[in-house]
Amino acid sequence: MITLSDQPKLAYAFVAREAALMRRYWLWELVWIVYGTVTSLSVAYIGLAAPAITGSEVAPSTVSRFVLYLLVGTIAWRFLGLVFENIAEVIAWERWEGTIEYTFMAPVPRLTHLLGMAAATIVRASVVSVTTLFAVALFIPVDLSHADLASALLFLGVGTLAFIGLGIASAVFPLLWTEKGLQMAYIVQAVVLLVSGVYYPTSVLPGWAQALSVISPATYVIEGLRGALIDGADPLSLWPLVWPALLVGAISIPIGLAAFVRAERYAKQTGRLKRSG
Amino acid sequence: MTLDLDLQATRDGTVSRRGESLALVARGVCKSFRGAKTVRAVDDVSLSVRRGEIYGLLGANGSGKSTLIRMFSTLLEADSGEVRVFGHDIVADELAVKRLINRVSVEASFFKKLSAMENLVYAGRLYGQSGPDADARGRKILERLGIGADRVDEPLDKLSRGMQQKVAIARAFLTSPMLLLLDEPTTGLDIRSKREVQTFVRDLRDGHDATILLTTHDLDEAERLADRIGVLHRGRLVAEGSGEQLRARFGGNDLESVFMTITGRRIEEAANEATEAASA
Repeated sequence: MITLSDQPKLAYAFVAREAALMRRYWLWELVWIVYGTVTSLSVAYIGLAAPAITGSEVAPSTVSRFVLYLLVGTIAWRFLGLVFENIAEVIAWERWEGTIEYTFMAPVPRLTHLLGMAAATIVRASVVSVTTLFAVALFIPVDLSHADLASALLFLGVGTLAFIGLGIASAVFPLLWTEKGLQMAYIVQAVVLLVSGVYYPTSVLPGWAQALSVISPATYVIEGLRGALIDGADPLSLWPLVWPALLVGAISIPIGLAAFVRAERYAKQTGRLKRSG
Repeated sequence: MTLDLDLQATRDGTVSRRGESLALVARGVCKSFRGAKTVRAVDDVSLSVRRGEIYGLLGANGSGKSTLIRMFSTLLEADSGEVRVFGHDIVADELAVKRLINRVSVEASFFKKLSAMENLVYAGRLYGQSGPDADARGRKILERLGIGADRVDEPLDKLSRGMQQKVAIARAFLTSPMLLLLDEPTTGLDIRSKREVQTFVRDLRDGHDATILLTTHDLDEAERLADRIGVLHRGRLVAEGSGEQLRARFGGNDLESVFMTITGRRIEEAANEATEAASA
């Protein structure tokens, strides 16, 4: 009989499996880290080139702030994007490996399965993002002397919860549409990127995009991270940005999970829970 | 329709009316797939499998064997009818059923870049075992199946199809299932690997408290392994009994003749017919 106290052990099965897969696919992990570093550097150089691009003098402190503004956006998005992708791909990846039937036949509650995958994802996203940050710092001076790390960790935690919820909800698409489902999940991710102020303030967006930015948790998480890392704002002063992101997580996780369980049942009724479409 | 009336189950599906313990009971199970054309894959199938029995489900490709076994594995829901595993309803009590079963499918479903041992330890953990326990048990089972210690840590895509299938059987055995569902476990294997797998299946039943439901389109395999055989044709269970009973009832010296008498076709012809119907 498997009880509630056994659930962490069951969830760990997914963490250990993902760690083993990362070891086997280590070259791909390296490729993604290099790709992430190059992307972040490319964005940061836009900041460094501000005087040249605008054709006017810009104070060095302003350039430094601009670079950090962009770097926080790109690296935070790297982290949140990985959390989202890994969870949204939970069905598509197993289908591609051909293991979906075996995993879904195992006596593991779906919540435990998805939380195990989320834990593995947080480890992977943290390793990749921290490595990227250090790699970028080798090329561009990153001034974090004013940063409030407690605030930054709080926002990363809150953002992780919200993106786990969005990822679970988006993982439903590949359950329902075996061939096009994953593309739909990527579209969700792309829209969140556009409206959340990752590289610019949301105030420059058109009205419809600003409306969407209000419901995107990334809007609050990235603005909060900038406040924490650039201005050294403490958690209390950033509370107006914490609670909306927390609310999205509190809503999206149970709703995503309920949608996933319902979609799994539908997939079983229609014969979609199998390795090929 | 239940063909073997002695094995009709009581309402809770745990024992037959004759008092024998039952591992699996299916009553009036139907499954159709809707598309451009609706295909009725399983049509009103009822069967019971005794505890400790090897039950062979024989049929051509496309006869509904895999659909039926996917329903017994909790991967597919029946449109109507009822399935019970050791008395547990397969839909209402899904987690309890999952703890009692395991399945080996015709395709070895593995993380191919992981080794046999990494796949086995993952499987053991999913069934509540600790990593070291699963590792120790897995190595013993693989050794018993003739996979040397020098191969168990290699990525699975480096192993032959026969070895992969043995690892699949080891994985199922690792979790000590009360009901083992083998979906064409020897399809595509060479003669030697096929014999080794068949011997292991027999040993599994004889040495452990396992009930085995085996699907096959290999008449020789059905005769060699199964205590009772159910013949599935166009989604319907059209005959059931031991090899001897089937031969006595339908005439002929072998199961090929029995299959011909029951379905009016050779098993290969029935498979071709099903393929054509599916692609029409």
